[in-house]
Amino acid sequence: MTKNPYLPYPARIDDVAVETEDGNIKTFRIVFENERDRATWRHTPGQFAMLSIAGKGEIPIGIASSPTEEGFVLFTVNRAGVVTTALHQIEKGTRIGIRGPLGNGFPVDGAMRGKNILIIAGGFAFTTLRATLIYLLAHRANYGKITVVYGARTPGMLLYKDEFKAWQGLDGLDLNVTIDREAPGWSGLVGFVPTITERVAPSPENAAALICGPPIMIKFTMPPLEKIGWQDDQVYLSLENRMKCGLGVCGHCNVGPVYVCKNGPVFTREQVKKLPIEF
Amino acid sequence: MNILRLDINGLLDCLSSWAGGQELYGPVKDGWRRISRDGLEAVVSIPPGAPKAPIKTFFLAQPETLFTFSARHGDDDAWIPTPPKEAPNRRVLFGVRPCDARSIALNSMPYRDDPYYQARMDKTAVVGLSCNETCSTCFCKSVGGSPYGTEGLDILLTKADGGFIAEVLTSKGEGLLEKGTGTPAGDGDMARLKALRDAAQAGTSDTQALSASFKAKNLMQLYNARLWQGLSEPCLNCGACTFLCPTCYCFDIQDEVVRQAGRRIRYWDSCMFPLFTLHASGHNPRGEKIKRVRNRFMHKLKYFTERFGALSCVGCGRCIRECPVNIDIREVIRDLLSVE
Repeated sequence: MTKNPYLPYPARIDDVAVETEDGNIKTFRIVFENERDRATWRHTPGQFAMLSIAGKGEIPIGIASSPTEEGFVLFTVNRAGVVTTALHQIEKGTRIGIRGPLGNGFPVDGAMRGKNILIIAGGFAFTTLRATLIYLLAHRANYGKITVVYGARTPGMLLYKDEFKAWQGLDGLDLNVTIDREAPGWSGLVGFVPTITERVAPSPENAAALICGPPIMIKFTMPPLEKIGWQDDQVYLSLENRMKCGLGVCGHCNVGPVYVCKNGPVFTREQVKKLPIEF
Repeated sequence: MNILRLDINGLLDCLSSWAGGQELYGPVKDGWRRISRDGLEAVVSIPPGAPKAPIKTFFLAQPETLFTFSARHGDDDAWIPTPPKEAPNRRVLFGVRPCDARSIALNSMPYRDDPYYQARMDKTAVVGLSCNETCSTCFCKSVGGSPYGTEGLDILLTKADGGFIAEVLTSKGEGLLEKGTGTPAGDGDMARLKALRDAAQAGTSDTQALSASFKAKNLMQLYNARLWQGLSEPCLNCGACTFLCPTCYCFDIQDEVVRQAGRRIRYWDSCMFPLFTLHASGHNPRGEKIKRVRNRFMHKLKYFTERFGALSCVGCGRCIRECPVNIDIREVIRDLLSVE
């Protein structure tokens, strides 16, 4: 037994940024207290970690920063339950715990390498895709053209607005940010993610797609992709379920024979189709 | 492997030495009780079948403290997790039925890398008692076990000819016996053991056959089988089956703070409960009872079997005995095997 997988690393909240106009989504920048933990932390885009708030509990949250961003780890958290509510209330400088990284992540150095990449996201599901996009941009030569479709209800509900501005116009990056309905001051795309996807989706030739968002968005995004020849084994999805251990033991997150925490959270659509719909 | 013959006094001497030198536990009535030196008589006559309380209680503590922390904001070490310093005490579990012993071996697979489970395993010696008699709810033989099975045990005792034949199965088992305990078993004892084992296996199918059958079945065909609707209708989702089951090992983790002293604990949970899978958003992937009942059986018979090669059921019959609405896993196995 080399280490106890249940012990979180002590860390501090270094910075908090409110992401959305409703104030319900914040991004937390977290730094490790122990140099040893910082130095040994290695994650892949698409992985998650358990965040601990003393006395409240632990929650699984996707890692929003890329491993190429060193010295901190980012988590973008929607306020929903006991622990996320506590997290939203605590101040900068507070000590929390972080356990991980957990799960498999996107195959950025496997099946995605050398390919054109299509990233599709809706709402606040862009978090691990932010990690992925920054990773891809940091290793630009390893990938072909990158197409992003990202939608939210209103301009104020979009995540990482400043970063999207900075990514605008980068070579080989096709950004398509859309909102559901016309809004004052918005000059960008208007329309649901599936509609925009139909308009801009690249050829499936030598390509991989990563799709994260509400199930209804994923459902309607698939037909336009299938129409132009995308196959289920080229499409990567990230599942979510209630989790406790994150180690494939406690039994909470199983979808049939697989554990979202250990065998996932990233699965190809081909894999997901062979599973019961228990996520 | 060393095989000895023990008479009743020899066994009482062993029990006395275990009760004195470490902690001795045995089945008394429905539960597992600490046995003291002057209470040894309580465990030398054990009724047939497994006691109501499952053996997992010794390995999955209720609760297990994962770590402690100070919840006092001013403390420098507030929130820093401190793993428990005390190691579990050495103990002997006596009178463990082969079905329960097998559950220890099966649970060790998902808990292979779990430091808490393994620490308890390290400190525990398991002395089994084979089943010359079985109950109407026992079905170990049909799920790959045997009333004389040795899996998960350090020593197996078999009642024979007014005494016991002791099979010493591991070095931990060797360590339990003082020099000069018993006498080497004779050819007659060996023949007697073999005859008992053969008789128990007579008429039963190949022990690997059931897990092979379940592995060969198509997962989604089993999942979509019609039987789940009728099976789940009477279920109360009380969770008795999962709490009593020796191979149900799911857990929850919660934080507790009492007077600013915090601890994170892990304790048994049940997939029968709607909260088990409830998301913070309100979405529940197993919100309907049929899905929860199906998950329990599918995990035991199909998912675990695919992952680890054996069914997560040892045939102890506790769930059959205690289910308030008489759901019988033997019937579920039979019906699932006929799903085409």
